[in-house]
Amino acid sequence: MTALLDRPWIWAWLAAIAAFAATAAIGQSQGIAGLLVAALTFSAFTTLVGLGQMFVITLGPGNIDLSIPATMTLAATLSLKFMGGAGALALPGFALALAIGLGAGLANYALIWLLRIPPIIATLAASFVYQSLAIWSNRGLRIKPPEILSDAMLGRTLGLPNVAYVALLLCGLAWVVLERARFGREVTAIGQNPRAARRVGIPVERVRCATYVLCAALAALAGFLLACFSGGAALNMGQEYLLSSIAVVVIGGSSIGGGRSNVPGVPAGALFLFLVVSMLNSYGLGAGVRLLLTGIIIVGIVALGARPRTAE
Amino acid sequence: MIPRIDIRLLLPVLSLALLLAAVFWLQPRAMSYLGLNLLFNLAVPVALATVAQMIVIMVGDIDLSMGAFVSFVACVTATLVVDTPALGYLALVAAILGYAALGALIQARRLPAIVVTLGMSFAWGGLAVLLLPSPGGSAPGWLRALMTAKPPLVPMAVLASVAIALVTHLVVMRSAFGVLLRGLGGNERSLGKAGWSPVLLRAAAYGLAGIFAVLAGMTLVGLSTAADANIALRYTLLSIAGVILGGGEFTGGRVSPVGAVVGALTLTLAGSFLSFLRLSPDWQIGAQGAILIVVLAARLLFARRRAR
Repeated sequence: MTALLDRPWIWAWLAAIAAFAATAAIGQSQGIAGLLVAALTFSAFTTLVGLGQMFVITLGPGNIDLSIPATMTLAATLSLKFMGGAGALALPGFALALAIGLGAGLANYALIWLLRIPPIIATLAASFVYQSLAIWSNRGLRIKPPEILSDAMLGRTLGLPNVAYVALLLCGLAWVVLERARFGREVTAIGQNPRAARRVGIPVERVRCATYVLCAALAALAGFLLACFSGGAALNMGQEYLLSSIAVVVIGGSSIGGGRSNVPGVPAGALFLFLVVSMLNSYGLGAGVRLLLTGIIIVGIVALGARPRTAE
Repeated sequence: MIPRIDIRLLLPVLSLALLLAAVFWLQPRAMSYLGLNLLFNLAVPVALATVAQMIVIMVGDIDLSMGAFVSFVACVTATLVVDTPALGYLALVAAILGYAALGALIQARRLPAIVVTLGMSFAWGGLAVLLLPSPGGSAPGWLRALMTAKPPLVPMAVLASVAIALVTHLVVMRSAFGVLLRGLGGNERSLGKAGWSPVLLRAAAYGLAGIFAVLAGMTLVGLSTAADANIALRYTLLSIAGVILGGGEFTGGRVSPVGAVVGALTLTLAGSFLSFLRLSPDWQIGAQGAILIVVLAARLLFARRRAR
């Protein structure tokens, strides 16, 4: 039991369960099952981008990808435009979305490496360009996704939303990569001490490049799935994921300073974020109070959670 | 005595001059009082927000709530300050104190400023929605008069930008207070050894940033005559970009107040430049990103040459 309590992610899961109980206790129109499905669906998208952001944050101080929302939007708009609603193009469209993610990740890293600028600025500047590309290609049109894809995203298997399985699968993969694979150990080593990592022969720059590409690819995947789920790409569809991608990593117990991350905390943080909002919602609070309390809760969690980490 | 020209400042000023020359070349009529006023009209709030961001970056942090906070201030200014001035100004002072309290919290508990300010962006946004659920409000008369004033010879926006740069330069670069704050970003430990409380200093830095951010929100309402909860959301990214364009760095308390204002002007001008090029407004954000990248690349070349 104490071993479990020592896990950095346990608090996020406890908080998510508490928020679920508090919301379910009020008894709302959709019932407990409906709440669970909604929570699993929406937190799945946050989990996908959160996993990518987690790998980037693990790289150490200053490593944050601010281009996630723009990459999501760009991948979603271009791939949906390419498919034009045709089910036959579903697979190529999916591949296109991933390729856009790959390109965005490479471009992000190229800026970081070539211009020797902090990743925050590089990804910020790049996101301006991606956003413009998306606006230019979209022109305010809302192209519907192929039916086969939107059915798959809205569908359920064994009572649980399909998106949740995608998120679960990727969490599993991410766990293996972070904890067991050579790449994950190298990312963690760089985050803990980049100089030592270089000394022991880790190809630091190559690993950093792969991490930014991984993050952008996950963002592109999330954007693609979200657009299929919500019936089309919108220019502001990625907006809320800037904050939530970072917040779920921190709430999940990973260190914002890098070098110490965990995968199980990410879905817990995503569930918690969604459930807090729906809890405040079901108490009948207006949008203003809801936002205000969400902010205060996030800051409060970070402030309370900071102590054990500095005590080490 | 010739004042030593700061190399750090050279590049931002050059980029602004280049952009301005390009605009004049494309549209010679812009080379007038009215033209300049139009070009730089929205620069004042952006410049103030950039200075606020610069102060936060100077102490080693980054503020991702700048846009939400400026929007919140705009909502307060367009509602409370107009309807019940005493309460309105009190709210603005409270907001500044709130900013200072955040700084103290970040230092005392060693919190990552990125996460705290991200969380606060929700809180400020919530408060703004509570005050002004739908776009509306009005600008206080004196503020509107101030922002639309037409001083002789030099347009208000240019005059105000110069004043902002000057005041910030004096406070940040020349005063003992400014030296302490820059020291906080450079070497926090040695400040602590010298007997200064890092908590108080960081609170002071955030409070100072809060003052400039409040001024940004107020001047924005003076220009737009109305507000809504999302009016300034893009200021977060614009202000960070402005600081970097102006030669600021993320570490060591190395910033340039004059550069930050010049950076803000450059970003504002980039929008006008594109419309003169008859490029679609779709590319406006993208061009700001491209300009940022080009200036950073140029800075790298400069630095290499100097290192040789």
